[in-house]
Amino acid sequence: MMREITCREAVREALREELQRDEDVFLIGEDIGFYGGTNKVTEGLWQEFGPERIMDTPISEAAIIGAALGAAAVGMRPVAEIMFVDFIGVCMDQIANQAAKLRYMTGGKVTLPLTIRTPGGAGRSAAAQHSQSLEAWLIHTPGLLVVMPSTPYDTKGLLKAAIREDNPVVFIENKMLYNTKGPVPEGEYVIPLGKADIKREGRDVTVVATSRMVYFALEAAAQLAAEGIECEIVDPRTLVPLDKEAILESVAKTGRLVVVHEAPERGGFGAEVAAIVVNEAFDYLDAPIQRVCSKNTPMPFSPRLERFITPQVEDIIAAVRTVMG
Amino acid sequence: MTKEELVLLHKTMLQIRHFEHEVAKAFLAGRIPGFLHSSVGQEAVAVGVCSALREDDYVVSTHRGHGHVLAKGADLKAMMAEIYGKVTGCCKGKGGSMHIADFDRGIVGANGIVGGGIPIANGVALAAKKRKNGQVVACFFGDGASNQGTFHEALNLASIWDLPVVFVAENNMYGMGTSQRRHQKVENIADRAAAYKIPGAVVDGNDVLAVREATLAACDRARRGEGPTLLECKTYRHYGHFVGDPGLYREPGELEAWMERDPLILFRRYLEKQGVPAAALDELEAQVIEEVREAVDFAHRSDEPAEETALEDVYAPTEAGRRAIW
Ligand SMILES: Cc1ncc(C[n+]2csc(CCOP(=O)(O)OP(=O)(O)O)c2C)c(N)n1
Ligand SMILES: [Mg+2]
Repeated sequence: MMREITCREAVREALREELQRDEDVFLIGEDIGFYGGTNKVTEGLWQEFGPERIMDTPISEAAIIGAALGAAAVGMRPVAEIMFVDFIGVCMDQIANQAAKLRYMTGGKVTLPLTIRTPGGAGRSAAAQHSQSLEAWLIHTPGLLVVMPSTPYDTKGLLKAAIREDNPVVFIENKMLYNTKGPVPEGEYVIPLGKADIKREGRDVTVVATSRMVYFALEAAAQLAAEGIECEIVDPRTLVPLDKEAILESVAKTGRLVVVHEAPERGGFGAEVAAIVVNEAFDYLDAPIQRVCSKNTPMPFSPRLERFITPQVEDIIAAVRTVMG
Repeated sequence: MTKEELVLLHKTMLQIRHFEHEVAKAFLAGRIPGFLHSSVGQEAVAVGVCSALREDDYVVSTHRGHGHVLAKGADLKAMMAEIYGKVTGCCKGKGGSMHIADFDRGIVGANGIVGGGIPIANGVALAAKKRKNGQVVACFFGDGASNQGTFHEALNLASIWDLPVVFVAENNMYGMGTSQRRHQKVENIADRAAAYKIPGAVVDGNDVLAVREATLAACDRARRGEGPTLLECKTYRHYGHFVGDPGLYREPGELEAWMERDPLILFRRYLEKQGVPAAALDELEAQVIEEVREAVDFAHRSDEPAEETALEDVYAPTEAGRRAIW
């Protein structure tokens, strides 16, 4: 039996291994060291690697990303933490106008081995400024790579790849998954960026789901299987680069597509996937594509409203039924 | 101040104290969703500042803002219901603890983004200045927030435009688990006022009268059109960063030392010296406890918002705003 660890432990293991492997790797962020991190992800690393490599910062997101980016530009390999993805609003200039474009603007003169880790997602009634899924802001910015893992196995392998990557990567964890367990081998492994994973095979409907929605989709698929509807769940794992082939291949098999993400529907990743599939696999489609996403509102505080706004298992089941006709 | 006025200060501090304890209890019992930042220990800052404001003045608050808004006159029941996520809450259950606002009472809003409110205070002050009605904005923020770019940008702007803002740095010695010593080299945030050529003052944030005096002076200056002031109130939070945080980063004996300088104990001692009978103060406290209990009851009995209400209030109901809902 393979051991099981949580996503939190998976992140920590990846960080520890990369810190051990490469002296140029260091962590920078708010309360990640002495305090052990808001989500306790980095707990123990400060004791193990010391304050020079696990660097606590003031509450200054723009300064954090700027410092990481500058160090990366001259050859270090920093991993910055933004405590909640919502706070990228505070440092979006450094991310989108600086990190994403520096290489291009300098005609390829600079390489930015920079990783930004940050948790997103709703589910804790943390309201409008602590619950967002902001991946669309990032995938819309050429120059950034964007990773959104769901399982502990993927989290560990992809984070190691992100840290070794020579381009800026935004690595979006999900706060509701930190305690989620899954099998992770003892030995070292790296999952290349840009490879989707089929989380469940099925012949009837392709369900592309990201992050926590992978679990919701799996639950929906289990219920639908009882009625004889077989869903194929494709977890892209990285949104940029995107494993289009895996999605297209699955749609070629099933002829039906549902895209599920927690971010609001409008202008979201689902629209991008739908456009790709319509352009490149139109002839395979037997039904209009369905999107299951959050409603186009900010995230409300009340648990009832939060649940209403965000996609639920029932919504995925309903969408699958719709495409099944 | 008259004795009645002094007692009123105490009453408001008691209100905040008991309000915070009740919400903490309810939170730990699982009756309140989300997370909570308690202002217990910092009541003298909220009350000292707000007691120096006019009714039509404004406050801009923070994630640790229950005290600020209560001191500015927020309705106890509507606030409690908001924190419970109920439809009767002052923000219909959409905001919660970190986003309390009540514009009718000059409460421009709490904020979940550290440092997010500071530039907004300038805008409110700019409008007041253009309208020449003598209003002032009290802008609360923490020691941690004083390291955000927004703090520096906003103080500079307020300085060059002589905006009527009282910037209240509530220095409770920690930004989350990081002590002030570890997040900035200046001992006094107020020293940063010099960089913007505005007055800066350090105040004992556990002495409600000292805070009030300093705020009155800053408000006078602001109303005379002479511009902003940076007041630093040194204080301490008794709970951890959030309710449930064990506060393992505190120095040994630190909490105990600050508990002895509990602003409510200090002020009660002062009132008794001024001849306010202890029995009257006890009765006042019992009355406050009852009021807070009623607010808890109200919140508890109130309904959760109906699902469809989640789709309201995204936009003002203009033609464009209505068409933006889909
Ligand atoms: C932009 C941003 N960064 C980080 C946080 C997380 N956070 C919430 S409160 C807090 C500490 C704030 O410290 P301070 O300003 O001193 O206020 P206090 O909590 O002590 O009242 C942090 C880091 C946040 N909410 N917003
Ligand atoms: Mg503080």
